Parts: sequence; structure tokens; C-alpha cells
Amino acid sequence: MRLSEHKYQTISSMAGPLLFVEKVFSARIGEMVRILTPEGVDMDGEILEIAEDTVLIQVYGEIHGLDSENTSVILTDSIKKVGLSPEVIGRLFNGSFLPIDGAPLYIPEKWVPVNGFPMNPVSRARPEEFIETGVSVIDGLNTLVKGQKLPLFSCAGLPAKEVIAQILKYARAVSEKHPGEYNVSKKNAFVIVFAALGVALQEFSFYMNVLEEMGGGFVAFVNRADETVMERLLTPRCALTTAEYLAFEQGMDVLVVITDMTNYCDALREISTARKELPGRRGYPGYMYSDLASLYERAGRIHEKPGSVTMLPLVTMPEDDITHPIPDLTGYITEGQIVLSRKLYQKEIFPPVDVLPSLSRLMQRGIGEGRTRKDHRAVSSLLYKYYALGDELRRLESIVGREGMAEKDRLMLDFADSFEREFVHQGVLRRDISGTLDTGLGLIKRFGLEEAR
Amino acid sequence: MKGRITGLSGPTVTVSIKGLKLYERVSVGEAGLAGEVVRLEKDKAVIQVYEDTRGLGIGEMVSGTGKAFHARLGPGLLLALFDGLQRPLKRLEEKTGPFVTKGSDISGLDHTIRWRFFPSKKNGEAVTSGDIIGYVMENNFNHYIAFHDEREGRISWIRHDDFCLDDPVAKLEDGREIFGYHEWPVRIPMPYRKKFSPTEPLVTGQRCIDFLFPFGKGGTAIMPGGFGTGKTILEQSIAKYAEADIVVYVGCGERGNEIAEMIEEFHLLDDAWTDRKLMDRTLLVVNTSNMPVSAREASIYTAVTMAEYYRNMGYHVLFLADSISRWAEALREISSSLEEMPGEEGYPTYLSSRLSGFLERAGVVETMNGKIGSLSMIISVSPAGGDFTEPVTQSCMRTSGAFLMLDTALAHRRQFPAVNWLHSYSLYEKDITAYYRDTIAPAWDDLKKRCKEILQREETLREVVEVVGVEGLQDEDRLVMIAAERIRMEFLCQNAYTEDAFSLPEQTLSKISAILKFFDTAAAGIREGKPLDEIRAEKTGITTGENV
Ligand SMILES: Nc1ncnc2c1ncn2[C@@H]1O[C@H](COP(=O)(O)OP(=O)(O)OP(=O)(O)O)[C@@H](O)[C@H]1O
Ligand SMILES: [Mg+2]
Repeated sequence: MRLSEHKYQTISSMAGPLLFVEKVFSARIGEMVRILTPEGVDMDGEILEIAEDTVLIQVYGEIHGLDSENTSVILTDSIKKVGLSPEVIGRLFNGSFLPIDGAPLYIPEKWVPVNGFPMNPVSRARPEEFIETGVSVIDGLNTLVKGQKLPLFSCAGLPAKEVIAQILKYARAVSEKHPGEYNVSKKNAFVIVFAALGVALQEFSFYMNVLEEMGGGFVAFVNRADETVMERLLTPRCALTTAEYLAFEQGMDVLVVITDMTNYCDALREISTARKELPGRRGYPGYMYSDLASLYERAGRIHEKPGSVTMLPLVTMPEDDITHPIPDLTGYITEGQIVLSRKLYQKEIFPPVDVLPSLSRLMQRGIGEGRTRKDHRAVSSLLYKYYALGDELRRLESIVGREGMAEKDRLMLDFADSFEREFVHQGVLRRDISGTLDTGLGLIKRFGLEEAR
Repeated sequence: MKGRITGLSGPTVTVSIKGLKLYERVSVGEAGLAGEVVRLEKDKAVIQVYEDTRGLGIGEMVSGTGKAFHARLGPGLLLALFDGLQRPLKRLEEKTGPFVTKGSDISGLDHTIRWRFFPSKKNGEAVTSGDIIGYVMENNFNHYIAFHDEREGRISWIRHDDFCLDDPVAKLEDGREIFGYHEWPVRIPMPYRKKFSPTEPLVTGQRCIDFLFPFGKGGTAIMPGGFGTGKTILEQSIAKYAEADIVVYVGCGERGNEIAEMIEEFHLLDDAWTDRKLMDRTLLVVNTSNMPVSAREASIYTAVTMAEYYRNMGYHVLFLADSISRWAEALREISSSLEEMPGEEGYPTYLSSRLSGFLERAGVVETMNGKIGSLSMIISVSPAGGDFTEPVTQSCMRTSGAFLMLDTALAHRRQFPAVNWLHSYSLYEKDITAYYRDTIAPAWDDLKKRCKEILQREETLREVVEVVGVEGLQDEDRLVMIAAERIRMEFLCQNAYTEDAFSLPEQTLSKISAILKFFDTAAAGIREGKPLDEIRAEKTGITTGENV
């Protein structure tokens, strides 16, 4: 601890969101600084690197217009923390945790560092409790469970934000003690933490409407497209710190929805370039895997503790390319993926989820009797198997034509079509898990696909 | 040796200090973070810090410990789970709760546990380094305790009762005390007398490996594959079913939930080869992706040293790491914060030599006390974008004995394990197949050749089918397609969530024999002029998937 604040007016250079300050003593890495100008600009920054008495600071605000002579930098001797209280629920913040809903900040019960701490692997409880998103292709075939991180892979131009909106509005945690009922009571309630990164005005208004419709039960963080990239990196950290607090200190089941991680990664690349770091694949920094993991791995459950953090980030695949570093590294960290498809979108299927490349790796333990329904496993594997078969036959159809195909193959083609139109497609309505499984079962019966065994 | 921090950048700090040694372990700052010297300059040392450096300040003290970064080896290793620095995660949890905070220095071994010592030397006997002086029972294993000192001696007293690790187990005539544990610098291979190449199989329980690409005790194998191709599931299946005495599993920069799942399962499951619980033979070292990057770099060394320790007791040890790419990325991050000249894709130029040096620690050895032990390695690789030409996959390929290529297309079709049978190989194939031929069935080799041949022919026919459809093929070729499909779906596929996840060599043999017998019978029928459909219906009574 320092006894007094240290104030410096020794900025030696500025580049992008970075400042170099000289003749600084006893700086700490990760320490928060305040940047003040005579005109009354007051911004936050963080110390990134120290070499003897020169420190490198990244600034969270807009650096344009700063001049190196009159700007002062104050070292605060503390790392970035956010103030939390149960009253955080229902509030709207910017990426630096300042309320933007017009109301003042509550009196924090606790100050928590935004970077959090890694969960001890032996303290983790295995994710196995069902979360109902109200979307059939997810609940029925790619089930999400508490403590999982399951990204949504989309392409530019697909209605990803509508899918996100649907999940925001419809997701519920199902009561473990009384399957079929939702957790709504105050204790172990279900909360959504929503983080929007780099959203343009139109998207912003869209999501504001969604939050309004939800009428509560959320905490929202918004970083607008014209706000700084530094803040973009901070936004998901604020959201996750809040989520961990609500989950592990207030015992709630928290679903964290983040849109769009592609904007996050681009911000990471921008800062990295400004720091003149060695670029990795496609210019993204070599540490992007570890950086993304420091966010995604914050999902989880803890043994003998109520509460959970579940994560559903959106990733827009640049050039529709799943091997692009952003979806690639995300896929290497998350536990499966839900993939949206252009083809289904063109067929006006909503949500346009392509079942074949989608997978929830933690589904197996989260379904069946006591979790969802006894027949869940059987229904989902039959649907998947015959849809895969039908889809495979579509290629043959394009070569030999429908007439040239065997009767049973034509049946499979019809099944694939009906499956897309009736099961995957559900429009804006919510389907609970029984509705989902009944729809699937109906298709199986109609096409006579029950297995003999 | 003390000095002050003069620079901080990512996981590395610069200290003005003299007299440290390269790779010496140091304590950094007021929080006492663990670190290791990675570069020495005139009045300066550069330290790689194993914990989150946030909050560390200029001017804080750094002090040397006089020792290299080491593992503490002794009874109790098999009872605990460790992070990359050998901190016991259970005891860490008791101390800091469910989140790992910094600067918690806990000894790797629990010194409060009491062990019964069974001596194997008597008073007056001479001992030299590597000699076994007794053992304790650890999870039903004889955990041999050896004498580790270059200077020989003569025993004056040896224990016959319980002790904990702070008590000596023997004394020498010159007054030296021998303890039940010792320390070893992790970056240096532990000693042995002689090394041999693999000649005996290491049964993995996976048909595609044991039959097509067999693996030997003391060998090295890599399995590269894009995300979701089943690396972790395969590593874990092998950890469950492989015929090894001890399994050392490193979760290197991967998911916490996977480890939670593994711990839970392994405590419940039985070892398929003995009457122990699976967890009894498993040693876990875990540094998940969100734990500090430099500790991730260290984790594989910590783990391999423990593996060598058990190997030196004469055990067959299997070392599994998931994934070595995360280790390489940690190396890259450290290298870049040291501002070293980058090589290909930003990896340091010594990536390849470090990797081969590491893989070289595998092998069958004659230990210092004349026992035979082995250390085998199966390592997963996560190539960026699923592209196998990247430096980590390529460097591994140069040294490893077996290459199991996991195929994204197979994984998408949910054919697991997604080992590509055309591009994978095992350099142990000849020797190990000979062993199976001599011990399991004389036909082993022959069956394997025929199996591979059918798969090859299918590959060629596939192009024809694209144009004319299966119906357009001659019966003889259609039979090949049907047999190949059965080999793939019934033989090579093993669903990890079913009983079929484990297959003994005898079961593997009878399964492939049955498929090839069907093939022979049907082929004979075709030669006699019978239509294939008729043969399938009457003779074999086996129908295949409806998509053939
Ligand atoms: N042998 C198997 N049997 C059944 N399912 C399997 C098998 N192997 C893999 N899978 C399926 O594939 C999924 C992904 O497997 P796994 O987690 O092993 O992939 P990975 O290669 O380790 O991916 P990553 O690189 O992202 O860690 C599993 O969750 C499971 O659904
Ligand atoms: Mg894996």
C-alpha cells in the first residue's frame, strides 16, 4: 500500500489506446490509473508493462485530444474491481460498470476484481442439470446444462440476434426437485446476464426492446460500437464477475449471453497491434486462446454449493469459415457448438440451426428421467440418425433425381424436409421440453421410424 | 540471493540480481509467487513467474531458493491431484476455497500421512545411489523407496514401523539420514542404466489402435485432431482401459469440466486389469486453460518426472497429455514476453528440440537397481484450424513412433474414435504385430493385412460409386463395400459411453475374424454364381445398415 496517490505529468508518447509515462516509481502491473486533463476529462486506464521507471498504460477512454504536457496520470494502487450487491439485478451498465439506465449505483456490498480467479478443478461439480431454452433444436438435440459453455456459431446476415432474443426471453432453469416446474422463487432463482459488445445503434435499440419485454430478471452490459475497444475487453469481464457473484454468493443459476465474441476478438487484435506485438494467425495475438479461456472457463458449478454460471456466447464466423481463429479457438475451449446455417435460413426455417455439425458435448448427463423425460435419449438419437440419412440422400437426389430413387430413400428425403419444417422451425413461439419431445415423437411415428429393438 | 524487480511484462519479470543459477526456483514479490530463472544477463535475471503477475510492483523483492524447479517424489503422489507446480489441489482447496488465489505454497506431498515402512535392507548393508531400501503400500502398490545420494554408505539403522515423511526411514554409519522422499529437477530426465526400444505391446483396449496401429510399451504416439474430433475422449478411454500399472494424465491447458467428469468417473470405475479402483492407479496433473500460462508450460515436466519416478520402481507407466499444443502455446507466450526471435508461426525456434527432448523421456529402461520399467507416451495435439502442417504437429511427427490422425469428417459423421485408417501409422506395427501373432493368434498378421486391403479397396471404389451408385457395382465390389462398412462401423467404431468402449485383444480378434469370415463365405457364393442379395439374406443372417 502506498500512503499517498502518485501523480505524474511525464507522458512521453501516445499510440492508439496506449500511453507511455516516464519517471514513475513503484508502479504495479495491472494497476488502475486515472487520466485527467485540465479540460476536466477523467478516464481510467490500466498498467500493462513496466520497464524500470517507464510504464505502459492502456486507456479505457477516448485518447484523441490528449496532450502530453498537461495531462496527468494518477496511480491508484488498486486493480480493477467492480462493486456488487443483489441490487445489481434489473440494471443496465456500460462496459466500465457505470449505470446507463438513469438510476444511481446502489451501495455495493462487495468489491470484486474483474479478472476473477481460476476455479480449482477439484472444486468443480460436473454439469448435468438441464436448462430449458425454449428452443426445440437446442433443448431436444443439443441440450444445454448448468455450468456449460455452448457457443452459437453464426454467419454474417443470419438472424442471430433474433435467436439470441428468443433465448433471452424464453430460457428457464428447471426445478431439480420438481421436474416440469421452473425455478422462480427468490432463492436459487434464474437470472440472465447479458453482455452486448460493440453493438451498432440499430442493434442497441433492438436489444433494449428485448430487455424491456423481459421486464426484469437480467443484468445487462452494453458496449456500443462507437465506444472504446479497451472497454470492449472489459465488458465481458464485468458481466462474468457479476455472474460469479450472483451464482456463487447468492446461489442463483445464471445464464450469461454474450454477443458478439467476434467484436471482442477484433478489439483484442487492435490492442495487440497497437502494442506492436508479434501477430499470430490472421493478425490475432498468440495469446488469444488463453485470453478467451480466461472468459469461457468462468462457466461452471461448484461442489456442495448452489448456483451455476452457464455461458452462451455468439460468434459470427468471418467469411463463414469455421476454421477462422475466432470460431476455431472458441470451439477448442467450449463444450460443443450450435451452428446456424444459411441454407435453412433461405428455406425460412427459424431458428436456422443446422443439426448435423451442432453438438452439445455435455448433453448425455443432462437428459432422461429426472432431468428431462425418459424418452429423450431415444427420440433425439432417432431424429439425428434419420435426418443425417435424409440429408445425405439429398446429394444423391441431385445426381439421379427423385424418380430414380428407391421408395424408402424417398421417404427419408421427406422426413428430412418435415423435420426441418416442423421440428427445427418453430417461429417465435416457445416450446417447453415436452412440447419439443412430442413434436419429435410425432414425426418419428408418422414416418414409422421406431426402431424394432 | 536477493534482488529487486526492475521490469514487468506478462508472465515474466526482470530483476537486478547476481548469483542466481539458470532454472533456479525463486520466490517473487511480497506475495511470494513461484518463479523460475529463464535467462541470465550481467547483473540481471529474467524470471518466468508461475502465477498471475497482476498486482506485482516495481521494487518488490525476489529471492533465490538455491534449488532448481523440482518435483517432490515420495509416497502419497497417487493419493493427490496436482497443478502444474505440484501443488496438491485438494489441500489447496481447503486453504483457499473453490478459487485458486495466488502465492499459496503448499508442499506437494502430505507430510502428515503415516506410512508403514517395510525394509528390504539390513543393518550393516552397503547402499549406493538407486538401491531400494524398502517400500510402503500406496493404493495396493509397492511404493519402493530408494537411496538417492552419489556418495555410498552403510546402513546403521533401518525402520520397521510407521513413519511420516518428516521422519527418517534409515540412518547410515556416517550419520546421514535417509528419508522417504526426495526432490528431482523436473527438466532433467531421471537416471536409468540402459534404454531399449519397445517390443511388447501396450494394449489400449481400442481396436483401431491395437489391431491397425499397435502401440508398444515405451513408445510414443501423437494424436492430432481439430476441435471435437475426440482427442479427449480417446485419451480418457485409454487412461481407463490401457494395460499399464500407473497412468499419469496431464490436463494441459484444457477444460475444467472435463477434469471434474474424469475425477468423478475414475473414483467409481474399476481397473479392468486388476481389482483396484481406477483412481488408485491414476495420477492427475491439471493446469486448466484459465490457470496461469507458465505453470501450464511447467506441468508436463512435473508430470513426466513423476512418471519416471514410478518407472524407476519397475512399473509400466503410461503418460497421457491433453494437449501438447497448449503447452507449445504457453512456450510461445513466454518466449514472446522475453522478446526472443520468433520462428515459424511465432513459436520459438527451440520448439522442435524441446519437444523431441521431451518425447525422448519415453522408453523401456533397466533401472539403476536392475528392474525393468517403461514409460510410454500418448499425446494429443490441437492444430490450429485443424491444419496438420502447423509447427507443433510437424515437430511431434518427427519424433513420435505412432501417428493417429483424427479426422474431422469422421467425427462429423460421429464415427468415433475418428482415427483415419489411411493416413495414420505406427512404427511399432511390425514388432508388436509379431508379438500378438505369437501370443494371441497366428492369424493376427494375416487378418490385419486383409482388413487393411478391404479398406483400401473401398477407398478406390468410392470414386466409382459417386458416379454410378452402389447399385451400379459388380456384386464382388459391392461385397467389398459392405465388408468395409462393417469393418468401419462394427469394428473400428467404439462408442466410449457403452460397454464396447473396451476390447481385449481376444475380443478384437474374434470380431474381425467374424467379419472377414462373412466376407469369405459371401465371396465364395458369388464365385459360385449366386446373387449377393440372396447370400446376404440366407447364409449370414446379418444385415447391414440400410444405407448400403
Ligand atoms: N469414442 C467416442 N464415443 C462416443 N462419442 C464420442 C467419442 N469420441 C468423441 N465423441 C463425441 O465427440 C465429442 C467431442 O469429443 P472430445 O471432447 O474428445 O473432442 P476433442 O478432440 O478433445 O475436442 P477439443 O479439441 O475441443 O478438446 C464428445 O463430447 C462426444 O460427444
Ligand atoms: Mg479435448
